[in-house]
Amino acid sequence: MIFISIFFVLYNEAKLSINKFSFNFLFKETWDPVKEEFGGFVPIIGTILTSILSIIFAFPISLGIAIFISEICPKFLKNFFRTAIELLAGIPSIIYGIWGLFVFVPIMKNKVEPFLIKHLGFIGIFNGEPFGIGLLTASIILSFMIIPFISSTIVELFSLVPIVFKESAYALGSTRFEVIRYVLIPYVKVGIFGSIILGLARAIGETMAVTFVIGNTYKIPKNIYEPTITIASSLANEFTEATTEIYLSSLFYLAFVLFLISFIVFLISRILLLRFVK
Amino acid sequence: MRIRIILDKILTLISTMFALLGIFILFWILKDVIVNGLKSINLEFFLEDPRPPGIEGGGLRNAIFGSLIITIIAVIIAFPIGILSATYINEYSRSSKLSNFVRFIYDVMLSSPSIVIGAYVYALFVKPFKTFSAISGSLALSIIMIPIILKTLDELFKLVPNFTKEAAYALGAQKWRVTVYIIWPYVRTGILTSILLSFARIVGETAPLLFTSFNNMFFELNLFKPMATLTVNIFNFAMSPYENWHKLAWSASFLIVVFVLVVNLLSRFLVKEP
Repeated sequence: MIFISIFFVLYNEAKLSINKFSFNFLFKETWDPVKEEFGGFVPIIGTILTSILSIIFAFPISLGIAIFISEICPKFLKNFFRTAIELLAGIPSIIYGIWGLFVFVPIMKNKVEPFLIKHLGFIGIFNGEPFGIGLLTASIILSFMIIPFISSTIVELFSLVPIVFKESAYALGSTRFEVIRYVLIPYVKVGIFGSIILGLARAIGETMAVTFVIGNTYKIPKNIYEPTITIASSLANEFTEATTEIYLSSLFYLAFVLFLISFIVFLISRILLLRFVK
Repeated sequence: MRIRIILDKILTLISTMFALLGIFILFWILKDVIVNGLKSINLEFFLEDPRPPGIEGGGLRNAIFGSLIITIIAVIIAFPIGILSATYINEYSRSSKLSNFVRFIYDVMLSSPSIVIGAYVYALFVKPFKTFSAISGSLALSIIMIPIILKTLDELFKLVPNFTKEAAYALGAQKWRVTVYIIWPYVRTGILTSILLSFARIVGETAPLLFTSFNNMFFELNLFKPMATLTVNIFNFAMSPYENWHKLAWSASFLIVVFVLVVNLLSRFLVKEP
């Protein structure tokens, strides 16, 4: 019941803005509290970009960790690695935020980003100024946060593969690589997609860590270093500052959009993972 | 022939490296939080309220109390709802379709962004009363907490062996007696762990508190006034340009991280115990 009421309350609060800006809200770039002109295009794009980038970073690493934990790791170390990954998931996002701002941003600004610009600068999106805070940093921090979720889902999926399958493959003389590539992964392929989407849902709604390192600027980033904004971070920053009704209502509009996006993403992941739920 | 072996070796190497990377990130974050946090954590930190920017010293007594109060109230609201709905969908509901639908809805809530829940509570409890309040913060947290508790308890209740229940029924026990005297005691430690874990989870929540309980520079015990919390203070202080506030933010982070880790490890220990 709470769920349905969330839907209606958000819609109700956003009505003023929905009536005034209608669907164009979603595609308009201006966000000007002084002139009371609001458009959600930049935060929406920012949200999509950061989440997709973070998945691109997080997925290979998570898959590697999952393979390590379920196939490679010696038994007595298994628990240690599992606990560590779970603790990584347990650290509150605000901690990732403060750590990102004070520790990770300077490293990105002084070392990583200049390095990338120097060596990959010839590709458009890699060329620019090292800002430190911005799209790339936010995506990396986000990927740290979703790695535990994706990898533990994949570990569980791998454990569903009947042991007979694996043993027969090994008995045929397959190497570990071949067992993983031709037996494990095909068996749970759909589930792996589901786990990616699940990570995506996390990344979309993540607020605090992103707010610290994204820069909060209403601008579509021209390259991967520039600061931008996400829906969640614009809510976190401006909600208590919203002075006019239409301003507040536009923020509710954004919240409504965020709620819908995360709901749809959740549905997709659910459908994909359904096959593996008993 | 050789290429297969090489591929295998490469895969082993890469996944081991990634696993170590995960561990490395964990310890890197922990190290920084501990080193920076310990620098300015002392008795003063627990006994004093924050000082204005630029003046050294001061503590976060208001926020420590605020976090505890808001979180405990959230637990008090969320726990009965969580355990009763878990009991309902496992024992009382007549159609498993309905139960599965309820489970589905809770899963949706589990994955909906916490900041949206903050906005929702703002619209319901802050706007009409025209003031931020600690109690609305607790409400927002409890909305986040209920699905977590429900999910854990739901799994636990499924573990209760049927014959124990049937034995009680055979003795003529009513449904509520079976629930209260058989099912709940059977999963006692599980219930305790689920409370602990969800407590640890929401103590670190910030987003839903930003515009419900807001913040307060002073010591406040009135539930209907804005109240400081550790997490919101970390956010405000870390984003501020003042050195002494940064220090307080690190100490607050240290406190939260230690708390979360201890609770996580403790609950792990509890699960192994029975």
